[in-house]
Amino acid sequence: MENFQYILPEIFVSVSMMLFLLIGVFKKNSASLIYNLSNISLVILLALIINLSSLDKVYLFNNSYLIDNLSNYMKIILVGSGIFVMLTGSKYIQVINLNKIEYPILILSSILGMMIMISSNDLIVFYMGLELQSLALYVLASFNRDNLLSTESGLKYFVLSALSSGLLLYGCSLTYGFSESTNFDQIFINSSEFNYGTTFGIVFILVGLAFKISAVPFHMWAPDVYQGSPTSVTLFFAILPKIAALSVFIKFLYTPFANMNDQWQTIIVFISIASMIFGAVAAIGQKNLKRLIAYSSISHMGYALAGLATVSNQGIQSSITYISIYLVMNLAFFSCLFMLKRNEKYYENIEDLSGLSKKHPILSFSLLIVLFSLAGIPPLAGFFAKFYVFLAVIEQSMYFLAIVGLLATVVAAFYYLRIIKIIYFDPEKEEYETSHNLGLKITLAISTIFILAYFIYPSGITEIVSKIIMI
Amino acid sequence: MNFPILSSLILLPTIGALFILFTKSSSRKYQSSKYVALFISLANFLLSLYLWYVFDKNSVDFQFVENREWLSGFINYKVGIDGISILFVILTTFITPICIISVNATINNRLKDFLIAILIMETFMIGVFCSLDLVVFYLFFEAGLIPMFLIIGIWGGERRVYSAFKFFLYTLLGSVLMLVAIISIYWITGTTDVEKLYELGIKAEYQNLLWLAFFSSFAVKTPMWPVHTWLPDAHVEAPTVGSVLLAAILLKMAGYGFIRFSLGLFPIASENFTMLVYVLSLIAIIYTSLVALMQEDMKKLIAYSSVAHMGFVTLGIFTMTQQGIEGSIFQMISHGLVSAALFLSVGVVYERHHTRLINKYGGLVSIMPRYAIVFMVFTLGALGLPGTTGFIGEFLILMGAFEKNILVAMIASLGVILGAAYMLWLFKRVVFGEMNNQELKTMKDLKTFEIITLSALVIPILFFGFYPEPLMNSIEVSVENTLNMYNFDLINNLALKD
Repeated sequence: MENFQYILPEIFVSVSMMLFLLIGVFKKNSASLIYNLSNISLVILLALIINLSSLDKVYLFNNSYLIDNLSNYMKIILVGSGIFVMLTGSKYIQVINLNKIEYPILILSSILGMMIMISSNDLIVFYMGLELQSLALYVLASFNRDNLLSTESGLKYFVLSALSSGLLLYGCSLTYGFSESTNFDQIFINSSEFNYGTTFGIVFILVGLAFKISAVPFHMWAPDVYQGSPTSVTLFFAILPKIAALSVFIKFLYTPFANMNDQWQTIIVFISIASMIFGAVAAIGQKNLKRLIAYSSISHMGYALAGLATVSNQGIQSSITYISIYLVMNLAFFSCLFMLKRNEKYYENIEDLSGLSKKHPILSFSLLIVLFSLAGIPPLAGFFAKFYVFLAVIEQSMYFLAIVGLLATVVAAFYYLRIIKIIYFDPEKEEYETSHNLGLKITLAISTIFILAYFIYPSGITEIVSKIIMI
Repeated sequence: MNFPILSSLILLPTIGALFILFTKSSSRKYQSSKYVALFISLANFLLSLYLWYVFDKNSVDFQFVENREWLSGFINYKVGIDGISILFVILTTFITPICIISVNATINNRLKDFLIAILIMETFMIGVFCSLDLVVFYLFFEAGLIPMFLIIGIWGGERRVYSAFKFFLYTLLGSVLMLVAIISIYWITGTTDVEKLYELGIKAEYQNLLWLAFFSSFAVKTPMWPVHTWLPDAHVEAPTVGSVLLAAILLKMAGYGFIRFSLGLFPIASENFTMLVYVLSLIAIIYTSLVALMQEDMKKLIAYSSVAHMGFVTLGIFTMTQQGIEGSIFQMISHGLVSAALFLSVGVVYERHHTRLINKYGGLVSIMPRYAIVFMVFTLGALGLPGTTGFIGEFLILMGAFEKNILVAMIASLGVILGAAYMLWLFKRVVFGEMNNQELKTMKDLKTFEIITLSALVIPILFFGFYPEPLMNSIEVSVENTLNMYNFDLINNLALKD
């Protein structure tokens, strides 16, 4: 029974989810109430996780569930960004009439699934968490069901995701078959000798995970889903599943398959390079901001994976730093997107930003900072994210990866500059509304200041992350 | 712990920028924010003069060093100056107030933002010249792109978008390779601290590649042929003040980088690649001078002449002689003053007549006598007449070159003649000749603020032209030290080979 105190956060979020569902069913017009309650429960959840963060390593339920520094850190940034996602999106879903009771509950259940994924130490537990978050995401993607694009994106995501889950399961079964266990530590021990079965297993599992993290060549769903989903869901897509998938990536590569790094290293390097280049090149022609940010997130995932490809603690830590800074940048970017509202309609094309700087100097300045940071120009936070990754990559003498990655940033800089050009150099258009809800303003302010002032104390995240040691 | 004077120099403009940012903007207040900016930049200038006053010119060490933990564990925020960098710092703090004074009429929209951009730019530029850590250097070096991109893009001419993009992407492309090199240096030697690296040295086998990576960044920024094409575009489209900043200071970052990093850290590779630099410099000198002769746009002509002048600078640096390097530094300072002055002079007539085409002008001497005089001083400074700073720089560089390679020196000397040709021809066409265009008659002579800025530039050009001693004193010891280290490393390496 003493195990339960360690999974209190998971229990808490499941119970509150079910409670909110009951409230929603029995009380009419309770959508806003549940939305706020969910947000509060996320804050409590965050407090509960932080409360556990002093634990170094605890195995639960026959070693199938693991709470350690990695899982704690990942859960904290997961739930933390979940709170901000809810805060920024609250007005948006009211305006486009999506304020239904299911919405916050689906988000909670998806977060629960991700927490299980992050903590899992067993193939079966992992798969359960993965499917829990995916199922919630399918519904969320098509939540705006009267909208053709939204339904299309939901369906597309479902079909492709099911396919990748199938491959992942196949990989899991191969791994189980050849290493005789579903437990990660046991797989690690049993796979100390090379065998083809487990190698195939790794490949299939990596395919499934690469799909979740939208890395090339398994990225095809991302642009359509990002564009079609309601913007608040896109923001969710852009951050939370990535955090979960990245931490599972780390977990798989460095726990069960740590012995076989010569097998998977090339795969990760390839995925990483392909994502960096493809994401940068494909984003150039985009007209829709959400679609553009989809490609941008593909290339950002390439950089995060580059850190993992190094097979070093430094590299893992740099990837985690990268995703932490990436999530702040995305929060800031989407907060700006939520502010492009005029007459109860949200605008999401690049052209709609034309001349924004004349009427909305502060909003444009924030966007400027975010975009230069996404492009990785010093002294903004995005530069330090990339700097740490390349520091780790070059430590392992992987010069090719480093040079390709840095050249891709130049290509990527082009499309970020294009947005800045439209904001600052182009003639102005109609004014947008200037009254926004407090949560949105706070999120934008915090994230922009974070990005802008990161250089003052750039080792902040790194110091926390340096506790995470996998090798 | 002493008063962190260098950090104050770096941070003061940013504080000023924040102050301007948070003051309310009504159209009347625009002027007041200009006074704030001017005040801040003048204060910075005085501070840097004080720095020069207390600076010990006979010491080979870096002075006013500040060393703070920054990226915990491996990279420190380290700044400090020696005799070379202090001149560039003063050049920066001197040019910035001049820029702010001349902002007046060329910038008619968003004056406040423009002042903020200039002040932020000043922070980054001073940072580049002060930093004693490769990562800190890279940070400042790259960060300067953001304000400059905006200055060209927002306040520039017709093709400003194209030019701003070209400027940004060219420089970024060059610089990312330098970042790879910097990180590699960290893993090879365990530090990015420049002083420590001077002591440790970098193994010969790594030097060539690292040198090339640094070179790719500096060559774009210098700019050297064939990657100079961004400069004419950027200059032509940038507002006058932007051109001044670009020519006077941004281009000097690369020359400074060559001396500080290429020579200092990779002596063996520098020796290996000397011929490459000579050839590229000579092409820059001869080819761009010829190109400059054919220009019809005044700003473009001056931009090409900048490329040629920077060709002299790189040539002088890589002669590895005391005269050559001193000459290069002098030439950089001189070019900083002269090109700033020339762009301002072009700005003066552009503001009145709204064209930069040379053939639209002529006979200005009869209506703008004062302008004709100062423009003549700057023209003569640019072509290197004895008595101006331009002469001393070019003369020393050629002396250094003759010592090393006579052929190179002779070809470079041709550049001096070509330089005289295009500058004098420009002067003749604009200031003398018939006044064919009746509209020109309405043009007024220099206004008060223009007299202030231009004479502020005339004075040092002539003063240091006749009496270069103060500048030479300042750089002599540091250059000697750089060369000693350079030769020491080379000899050591040769000894190792045997």
